[in-house]
Amino acid sequence: MGAQIDLGGGEALKRRINDLGIAVRCNSQTTQMRPRRGSQDVARLDFADGGTLPVDVVVVATGITARDDLVRSAGLATGARGGAIVDEGCRTQDPDVWAIGEVACIDGKVVGLVAPGYAMAEVVVDRLLGGDATVPAPDTATKLKLQGVDVASFGDAFGRTEGAVEIVWADPIGGTYKKLVMSDDARTLLGGVFVGDIAPYASLRPMLGRELPGDPGAFLLPEGTGAPALELPDEATVCSCNNVTAGTIRSAVTEHGCTDVESVKSHTTAGTVCGSCLPLVKKLTNTELVRAGVEVSNALCEHFDLSRAQLFDAVRVAELHTFSAIIERFGRVPEDAAGPGRGCDICRPTVASILASQGNGHVLEGEQATLQDTNDALLANIQKDGTYSVVPRIPGGEITPAGLIAIGEVAQDFGLYTKITGGARIDMFGARAEQLPEIWGRLVAHGFESGHAYGKSLRTVKSCVGSTWCRYGVQDSMSMAVLLELRYRGLRSPHKLKIGVSGCARECAEARGKDVGVIATEKGWNLYVGGNGGFTPRHADLLAEDLSDDDLLRAVDRFLMYYIRCADRLQRTAAWVADLEGGIDELRRVVLEDSLGIGADLDAAMARHVDAYEDEWKAVLDDPEKLRRFSSFVNAPAMPDPDLAWADRRGQIRPATPEDHASGTTLLRSPTAARTDLETIR
Amino acid sequence: MTTETPSITTTTDDIGPTWEPVCRYDDLRPECGVAAYLGGGESAVQVAVFRLADGEVLAVQHHDPYSGANVVARGIVGTRGGEPTVAGPIYKQVFSLRTGECLAASGRSPRPGEPTDLATFDVLVRDGVVHLARAR
Repeated sequence: MGAQIDLGGGEALKRRINDLGIAVRCNSQTTQMRPRRGSQDVARLDFADGGTLPVDVVVVATGITARDDLVRSAGLATGARGGAIVDEGCRTQDPDVWAIGEVACIDGKVVGLVAPGYAMAEVVVDRLLGGDATVPAPDTATKLKLQGVDVASFGDAFGRTEGAVEIVWADPIGGTYKKLVMSDDARTLLGGVFVGDIAPYASLRPMLGRELPGDPGAFLLPEGTGAPALELPDEATVCSCNNVTAGTIRSAVTEHGCTDVESVKSHTTAGTVCGSCLPLVKKLTNTELVRAGVEVSNALCEHFDLSRAQLFDAVRVAELHTFSAIIERFGRVPEDAAGPGRGCDICRPTVASILASQGNGHVLEGEQATLQDTNDALLANIQKDGTYSVVPRIPGGEITPAGLIAIGEVAQDFGLYTKITGGARIDMFGARAEQLPEIWGRLVAHGFESGHAYGKSLRTVKSCVGSTWCRYGVQDSMSMAVLLELRYRGLRSPHKLKIGVSGCARECAEARGKDVGVIATEKGWNLYVGGNGGFTPRHADLLAEDLSDDDLLRAVDRFLMYYIRCADRLQRTAAWVADLEGGIDELRRVVLEDSLGIGADLDAAMARHVDAYEDEWKAVLDDPEKLRRFSSFVNAPAMPDPDLAWADRRGQIRPATPEDHASGTTLLRSPTAARTDLETIR
Repeated sequence: MTTETPSITTTTDDIGPTWEPVCRYDDLRPECGVAAYLGGGESAVQVAVFRLADGEVLAVQHHDPYSGANVVARGIVGTRGGEPTVAGPIYKQVFSLRTGECLAASGRSPRPGEPTDLATFDVLVRDGVVHLARAR
């Protein structure tokens, strides 16, 4: 921390950490670690100043160092404090070897931050292409996240520039410390340190080296007490990970037609690495939209002016149960039209999800069938050739040998390609629409249901085996995973939901990469929410610690129902939690302390879901009207699509490619694809 | 929504040899598609037949030029600026059910050699039976 914050900041940080029940000792040189008598375990630390500290565990943290052995064995020189010595073009002594980031020592310094690393990568690329770029002065701005303590610093945090003046706001009671370093005329911003309240950091950092409007001290006052609005210059860097300027973000809106933060992100790459600049990106985007006369709209699509969350509440309060009634009541009527239209592939599945979340029976019942997105419409996962895959539900991933054999037999009899999924289930590919009911029937007979491996609903609950078998497990994670999967299966939500349960802190189920992560502790369960894998991985945030089984279920019930009510269409819990006003603290108040007084309502909604759950696939088998959807052709219901063809890949089928067709490679047909005669009504 | 069987929904001359019966009108449900197979060896063609909320019946090709799969009948029916549409189930292109025109390509191109838009088919409902005519 010594490189980032000054003495005043350090004092404030120390108080903050003390408040968490953690003592801090600085400048305490450890002279000895003493073992417990007659044991190998550590018992006490002795310090140079004569003090001692009884301890159970010692954690040594020494920061990051370069692999100097590698550098030296290549015959290259290293800097006094490590790292391969490079010139201003990142080239080592060997002209064919380059070094960037934390292994590069430039001007005697190694900078352990991502932005300078990217800048150096750009320089090397330019040099390799014959250019002569040099490494710019490193942007050492950092925002650190300690547990519950915000710390940020940028620029000349120590006021080392000649004549620099410092403006400090310190609140020892609240544990905040904010400092701006200004030029000698107190006009140009040279740097800053923020501890406890980093709200000004995002907007001030891009102003580094520029004149601040008005009294600089105003920027340090608590939020909302009169800091002048900052108009960032176009050339100011907003996203330092990807080096995106304010001007680039503005032009994404004004010249490239971006109309929301998501499209600005994908157009400019701003905010796609660490995400710390996203609040600023959002502010710039919305300011520019308003300036361009574009109403910042959260309308669902051309048929509804409401957002998904607004529509959810509207449908709930108005007690509507059909799409026709909903669009009649809440749909937008264009000026030149008599009615609101009939919806589209955006609002129809959204309404389908809203209706399903509020308990409106089978998703293929009546008009609801016409609202379902591709996979929900046939209760299976469509694949690129129009066939489907079937993933039997295996709660928690626990399956008997007989169950494994039954699934294997189904796959074999229908000639399906099989693989184990990332969610620890068995996926069977290549089923034709008209084969699905027969496959489900076979699964039902062996005690399986087909499973929601598709749709905006709970996918799987991934688990490790837990304390029943594992020598490290501290709770029965397997039973908890089965309980959670059976409780939340079929729950329709704004986007897909994944849950993980780990039996100990080793986290073999990767629960913190899930929407809901449950990790066993000696005393119960820690609950994490808002994790994600995929395109923007995010570790889940800790919501509550050491919960009992019952308290865990109630917390997950409320978290999921609150998300289902409030989130936007296709907004995963990760983005929802990140965007939530008040963040994880607010979520904790709502879910654990019932600050909104809606706890009982959320509990009741989840209880209704759990009570009303039925095997949706079996329900189709029992209903001739729903079964009719599962035919290939209306005039030849069991005839396979004659265009479907497969080729061999490692002993299983794969969809045939245009090249297979062109070359006449032998095409396989699945064993049951026997062609039935055309049944015409002629 | 019309529940009665409408008479002729597409103006045409009297039933001629080009009309092929494919199903009963009652086999169609509102705002749902079905696939129909018009046989004939090399000239066989798969058609997606849709009944709209007001009872009108429209037909386009079942083959999706953007995925290469025969799936259009399984798409979501809706409207876009009043025009009846279907969304491709695989890559979500939006097609006019009336003209077959692709109204939103979702940033993708058709597969090589395939057209941008869908072919349309004339529909005739007579005596409760839906007939299709091959593309002219």
